[in-house]
Amino acid sequence: MRVIIEQAKCCGAGQCVLAAPDIFDQREDDGIVILLQENPSEESRADVLQAIKVCPALAIRLEG
Amino acid sequence: MRTVIVVGGSAAGLAAVQSLRREGYGERILVIGAEPHPPYDRPPLSKGFIANNLPFEHIRLGEQALLDELGAEWLVPARACELDLERRMLRLEADDRLRFDGLVVATGVSPLAFPGPSPHGVYTLRGLDDAEALRTALASAPRVAVIGTGVLGMEFAATARKIGLDVTVIGNAPHPLARQFPAAIGELLAARHREAGVILRLNAPVAGFEETSGHVSGVRLADGEVIPAELALVAIGSKPNVDWLRSSGLPIGDGILCDARCRAAPGVYAAGDVASWWHSGYGARLRIEHRMNATEQAGTAVKNLLGATEDFRPIPFMWSDQHDVKLQSYGVFPASGEMEIEGDMASGRFVALCHHQGRVVGALGWNAAKTLRQSRMRLAEAMEDIRLDEPTLTFA
Repeated sequence: MRVIIEQAKCCGAGQCVLAAPDIFDQREDDGIVILLQENPSEESRADVLQAIKVCPALAIRLEG
Repeated sequence: MRTVIVVGGSAAGLAAVQSLRREGYGERILVIGAEPHPPYDRPPLSKGFIANNLPFEHIRLGEQALLDELGAEWLVPARACELDLERRMLRLEADDRLRFDGLVVATGVSPLAFPGPSPHGVYTLRGLDDAEALRTALASAPRVAVIGTGVLGMEFAATARKIGLDVTVIGNAPHPLARQFPAAIGELLAARHREAGVILRLNAPVAGFEETSGHVSGVRLADGEVIPAELALVAIGSKPNVDWLRSSGLPIGDGILCDARCRAAPGVYAAGDVASWWHSGYGARLRIEHRMNATEQAGTAVKNLLGATEDFRPIPFMWSDQHDVKLQSYGVFPASGEMEIEGDMASGRFVALCHHQGRVVGALGWNAAKTLRQSRMRLAEAMEDIRLDEPTLTFA
């Protein structure tokens, strides 16, 4: 499974980090998303799906 | 349920459709949207969409492939004008009648107009069409007046200044964002705007507009002074789009009055800017005009429509970008709350905590998004233990 983020769309709400702190982080000042793991293990799927669900900018996708 | 109708094709409406499919609802979904455009994100309209001339594709919510995958029928542009609860029927302005088993109302808000006549060149900003018209008009308006010192007005002022225009913000309040945050934050924000060259006229009620040949030439203050401007943005608040529901028997107040589960009547739920609901965590009625709430509330409303019994009790979240300042906040900021600054206010990066009844109830980050998120945990714990001063709150 591959996580794809669009930093240009990200508004820095940080909801993805709340949902999946092992996969996402934020830049300190503006809060824009940082992808920590592009290919996380299958165990993280539920957390990533939750992050996709709560992202207000629809800036996260999952392939595979 | 064979048919769910979602009235409103914007952020909350789209989130409702996505949630329906995620929760396994496989039957018919009809979306009634007032605007002709596919769903898009409104927050950039007052910022990057104008300042950076962003194309529509950039603010679109979800590609066409995502919409196709959801398999909903989008009736746009169309407006619902009557709801018959007993017969579970919706009437559209085009006189079509649509039967539903479940209904999600996400009709949002409309900007308040300035009382009295407005000449050409006076705008409000809510939708894509407004933003496009403003973007064009700004090219031939060297002087811009903004009426209102809330989030929208201050963001638009920063945007107009960024593209090199002379900007004056006029408002009744003593400092920007006076309804949202304590004075110290508003004053710091005012200083940042002044530094960027924005002129602020605070404590200055507006009487009306001056015009030349039907086009605005200035904003007239109550004391008679005229602020010259070729373009004026009125950003004095908004009202929930509920007029079409007045004959329906749904409980209407400041928005659609829902219970703790976002339910307005059996099988009828509301979400987003239009929904006023009982927040069982705070023990108060809330209505939130912020982007994050549209997504979250639609999710809970839909789950409950499909049979769950979940109270909607979010920690309110908002953000605003003005000049180089990224403001974000979690929680509530009661007027009687006391501020504590973590970090140095003068450093351009800090977190401000709001104490109320011995608990931290609100946290604001000033260019400190990551640190702010870490203080969010404390707010969830405090929620149950505090009483808000106001039994009804609107976050806008």
